Amino acid sequence: MVDNKQQWKAWLYLSPAIVLLLVFTVWPIFNTLRMAFMEGYGNMAAIGGATFEFGVDNFLKVIEYKKFLQCLQNTAILCVATVPISTILALLIAVALNSIKPLQKTLQTIFFLPYVTNSIAIGMVFAAMFNIVGLKQGAGVADTWGIINNVIQFFGGEPINWINAGSSYVANMVVMIIYIVWNALPFKILILLGGLQSINKQYYDAAKVDGTRRGRVLTKITIPLLSPMLAYVIITGFIGGFKEYSSIIGIFGEIMGPADDAGRLNTMVGFVYDALERDRQGRASAAALILFAIILVVTLINNKVIKKRVHY
Amino acid sequence: MKVVLQNLTKIFPSRDKKANKEVVAVNDFTFEIPDGQLVGLLGPSGCGKSTTLYMISGLQKPTSGKIFFGDDDVTELSTENRGIGLVFQNYALYPHMTVKQNILFPLQNLKGKDKLSKQEMLDRAFEAAKLVQIDELMDRKPSELSGGQQQRVAIARALVKMPRVLLLDEPLSNLDARLRLQTREEIRRIQKETGITTVFVTHDQEEAMSISDIIVVMKLGVVQQIGKPQAVYDDPQNLFVAKFLGTPPINVLEGKVSDGKVYIGEQVVMEVDGVEDQDVYIGIRPEGIEPHPQGVLECRLNNVEIMGRDASVVSTHDAALTPVVRAIISSDITVDTTAETVRFNIKPHKFFLFSKETEQRLYYEVKKHG
Repeated sequence: MVDNKQQWKAWLYLSPAIVLLLVFTVWPIFNTLRMAFMEGYGNMAAIGGATFEFGVDNFLKVIEYKKFLQCLQNTAILCVATVPISTILALLIAVALNSIKPLQKTLQTIFFLPYVTNSIAIGMVFAAMFNIVGLKQGAGVADTWGIINNVIQFFGGEPINWINAGSSYVANMVVMIIYIVWNALPFKILILLGGLQSINKQYYDAAKVDGTRRGRVLTKITIPLLSPMLAYVIITGFIGGFKEYSSIIGIFGEIMGPADDAGRLNTMVGFVYDALERDRQGRASAAALILFAIILVVTLINNKVIKKRVHY
Repeated sequence: MKVVLQNLTKIFPSRDKKANKEVVAVNDFTFEIPDGQLVGLLGPSGCGKSTTLYMISGLQKPTSGKIFFGDDDVTELSTENRGIGLVFQNYALYPHMTVKQNILFPLQNLKGKDKLSKQEMLDRAFEAAKLVQIDELMDRKPSELSGGQQQRVAIARALVKMPRVLLLDEPLSNLDARLRLQTREEIRRIQKETGITTVFVTHDQEEAMSISDIIVVMKLGVVQQIGKPQAVYDDPQNLFVAKFLGTPPINVLEGKVSDGKVYIGEQVVMEVDGVEDQDVYIGIRPEGIEPHPQGVLECRLNNVEIMGRDASVVSTHDAALTPVVRAIISSDITVDTTAETVRFNIKPHKFFLFSKETEQRLYYEVKKHG
């Protein structure tokens, strides 16, 4: 215990952090709670001198709003699709990276690059890749210069309208899933590779002595020994997935959907931002709290499921 | 299954490319391990004993030389096809599996005609577990076991697939002193019961001496001496072997042979035939000297340590290369602890001469000793 006379020093040293936390974390959390339960709260209206009654109206409005359900659906689909795919891919890549010696460092760097690249910038590159960049007169969709469609055409396939006006919801989602998976890989590979490298090599020698096949080594030894890292990657993956927002902006721009159906791909976080923009802080707060509740429940379920499978 | 090592050599390439210094871990090792014997590879760290073991296991490839199991040349055979059981120094039990799953694991890997039914596997696993007396602990995780129990599980896992050769890497080094005694008896018993040719590696000479049928003493990749433990102890071929075997260690003194007389300092301690005049190292086992009023070797007395059954007379001598000259005697013999000096007589069969130049043993015939 610090001497009583010295305590003021401790508080002094802690004060910058405490002040920042109070202003930017504690107060906003409290304020969100406050605004969420004030019916129809808006900042401008509040400044104008309006008063708001206490109630759950904001929550009801959010849930009744059709756009909100669309956002919830988009977010859920992205989460459920991308977390397993990116985790499995990251695991396979990490195992492969770990088992090669030459070029390991180089490849590690390459796989890590997306992590240090701005996600909006990556989104724009993806948009260009999946784009239809101009149409030839009278040729319709078939003549495009987006590299993905070029590849599809090269192999004799029909080009697909991925993200432009008139594209289908499924096509949009496929692009989003590919982008999010690719974007999520580096962090997961990094964590899993670190986990792999900390596994005692003798387990593999022991498995070799016992004539264990490679697939069995992966499923019976590597994955169980990696389970704490896998659990971490899955839980943070779900949390990140529920907060998906900038990736949609990156590809579809602020309209959050193809040109003819703006907002079709909006997510929960996007919904919150939209409400804020329209001076509906009460509704935004309610949506944020709903998002928080969903993430909490999913994480608890995750924890419960994973606890049975994390082995030590 | 006998195991034959033929001119086995392992050279590790230099890590520093500029210096280009290769490390010869094992140098031209030739030896035939008879069927069903327990062989201890013994030596200080870096002597190549573990490398030898890993070459027998197939986890490391020899640079040159051949390995035979029986008449089969297994040099090029990969580890899993050699039919060996290997117990690692830290056991390498899979931490996420129970004892039972650990022991079953090698059996579940079998395929083709060797594939066993579930019941056969369980039977075999329980049989192996009974052999090492852990059949009560089958549902525990390794982290819930003591070091000794983990060791047994590791042995059971190695034995369950009925290996042709059992290899143990420093099997006792992670156990405390009491458990070590118990476990080495246990290893001996299991080896006798199964009759599997077993090779184990240790740096602890007492461990090797106590349970091996044959010991191989190694130093810097070169085999120094091979033989029955007692024979190697009684008849070391060079100074290294003499110093390495025995607790407490052998007393080593500088001396010279002149005119058939062995001198330590100015004292003649023995008269011998068959050794040319030269400077020598003299090795005397602690049990090879005993106090005697007219003894031939005079030392300065330090103290007497009584350890129940026997006592240890600790003294010093200017010519000694070991810090003290120690004599192990029956505790019945009384030594005047107030005296400044003590005189010893020497038993000739515990008295070895080594050339100072080559450190090789010089054999002699005793003419006169005190």
